[in-house]
Amino acid sequence: MAKEMKYTEPELLACTASRILENKKSVFVGTGLPMIAAMLAQKTHAPELFIIFEAGGLGPQMPVLPISVGDSRTFHRAVAASSMHDVMSASQSGYVDFGFLGAAQLDPYGNINTTMIGPYEEHKTRLPGSGGANDVGSFSQRTIIIMRQDKRKFVEKVDFLTTPGYLSGPGAREKAGLPKNTGPYRVITQLGVYGFNPDTKRMYLISLHRGVNLEDAKANSSFAFEVSDKLEVTEPPTEKEVRILHEEIDPVGIVLRK
Amino acid sequence: MSKTKILDEGKGELLGWHDPDENREWVLEHKSRELKDKRMTPKEAVAQFVKDGSFIASGGFGHIRVSMSVIYEMIRQKKRHLVMAGKTAVHDLDILIGSGVVDRVEVAYCFGHELRGLSPAGRRAVETGRCKVVAETSNAGYQWRFLAGMMGVPFIPTRNLLGTDTFKHSSAKVIEDPFSGKPICLVPAAYPDVAFIHTHRCDMHGNAQIDGIIIEDFELARCARTLIVTTEEIIDNDKIRNEPWKTTIPFFYVDAVVEMPYGSHPCQMPYLYFFDEDHIGAWLKMSKSEEGVKEYFDKYVYGVNDFEEYLEVAGGIKMLNRLKRVENLREQMTAPWMKRSE
Repeated sequence: MAKEMKYTEPELLACTASRILENKKSVFVGTGLPMIAAMLAQKTHAPELFIIFEAGGLGPQMPVLPISVGDSRTFHRAVAASSMHDVMSASQSGYVDFGFLGAAQLDPYGNINTTMIGPYEEHKTRLPGSGGANDVGSFSQRTIIIMRQDKRKFVEKVDFLTTPGYLSGPGAREKAGLPKNTGPYRVITQLGVYGFNPDTKRMYLISLHRGVNLEDAKANSSFAFEVSDKLEVTEPPTEKEVRILHEEIDPVGIVLRK
Repeated sequence: MSKTKILDEGKGELLGWHDPDENREWVLEHKSRELKDKRMTPKEAVAQFVKDGSFIASGGFGHIRVSMSVIYEMIRQKKRHLVMAGKTAVHDLDILIGSGVVDRVEVAYCFGHELRGLSPAGRRAVETGRCKVVAETSNAGYQWRFLAGMMGVPFIPTRNLLGTDTFKHSSAKVIEDPFSGKPICLVPAAYPDVAFIHTHRCDMHGNAQIDGIIIEDFELARCARTLIVTTEEIIDNDKIRNEPWKTTIPFFYVDAVVEMPYGSHPCQMPYLYFFDEDHIGAWLKMSKSEEGVKEYFDKYVYGVNDFEEYLEVAGGIKMLNRLKRVENLREQMTAPWMKRSE
């Protein structure tokens, strides 16, 4: 048996997310962990993963982790340095396979809040807003969400619906006019990985990370979720992945702080 | 013929919209087609074109390729009650709110510094009501407001925002698309009163080249009623004509040309210099308190006469040379905000 690998939470999230990405597909990534996961996928199982940035970077070969989705690293040795109109139009037309988002709050239908905590009129705890998230969540074929889960973040109803998941359930996206066959695909947290039931469009647990109990996952959610009959244990990060993360992707520790 | 049915309407304030014919008249009256010398200083450009209450938009990407010389000058001239397009607004908006210049904003992305965390000054202002959010939208939502403005049409149909609270607080509307019969979002045109865009090089008439991603600047340059182009370097008109495919912004959209080497500092200028993370980090730390905000502006804006003096105070040639090395991957970046623990 292989010795137990030690890893940090960001390393676990990055590796888990990276494995969901597929070779020869396109991914629209945001700042931070999504970038790291996409870069890791390129350096492991998906060398031809096509990375897209909202400010115009298309297919870069990033030398180091960018600190912004518009930073010059996002178009270093890219196939094109284009524009937001170009990228958003390509997304709206269906060229984006995976979208990668974070969330301050998430509901069981995968609806995301990144705008504010509390009632809108009070503006008590203001967050940055949609940015490109509403666009990614509207246009991507499959949206992946990476976030920490706890009872305040996994909520029955988000305080502000910034970015569409499955809205109120089956058929709601299409009824609202959003592109067909799009929506949330996976939610990755520090405890496990969730998918969406194709019939109810609600989240269900598909794997728990090593050392996490089902009770831990339930205790850290304000809504009830179903559990897969074939509940798995997430494959933990390998030594090779962790080495690539630190040596090649984020050597100075911008996100994966040492 | 059946009447267009509005299915839903956002209740956000409609900023900077004009009837297309009214805007054509404005263009006819104010936009010169003459190849004239438009060079001026940031002081002159801001004094002449930025009025209190103006609806402004900053080119680049919030902390990438930003016209910082114009932004500092607006602060120095104590412009007030400006409304800003919060289209990925980062450091630009943060210091404009912190200094009291901007007090209203339409938000796509605001009050954050991407990986560096949230903006203490911007958040404090918005959470205490000193700065008001007048509408919400998304990055593509804003981008396409500029596109509609540039095209001279009243709106652009889009498939984002639909079904969300972002829509409910936007200035967009949903109608039934007369072609597909599906609901479609209409984002209204935006015509900022003043936009300022930093470029790599430009001639004295305003024909400007941008290296790397253009972000929203192709559309923003063309929808803004007044456009201030700042540039790292003024080049001869012959150089523009030798490679005309490189012109991102042609002269007839441009009202002022400001030459300012390192004019994006402390923000990044692709291929030339990296973010000055020490400077931005110091601002993020100082702006945790109002005293710190005052100290920052006293030192870097009110305490100096112009942007060149600011560059000296901010570290001068030694600092600029280091940022060039980091941008060109010859030295690793460091940042004060990286040292904090999770």
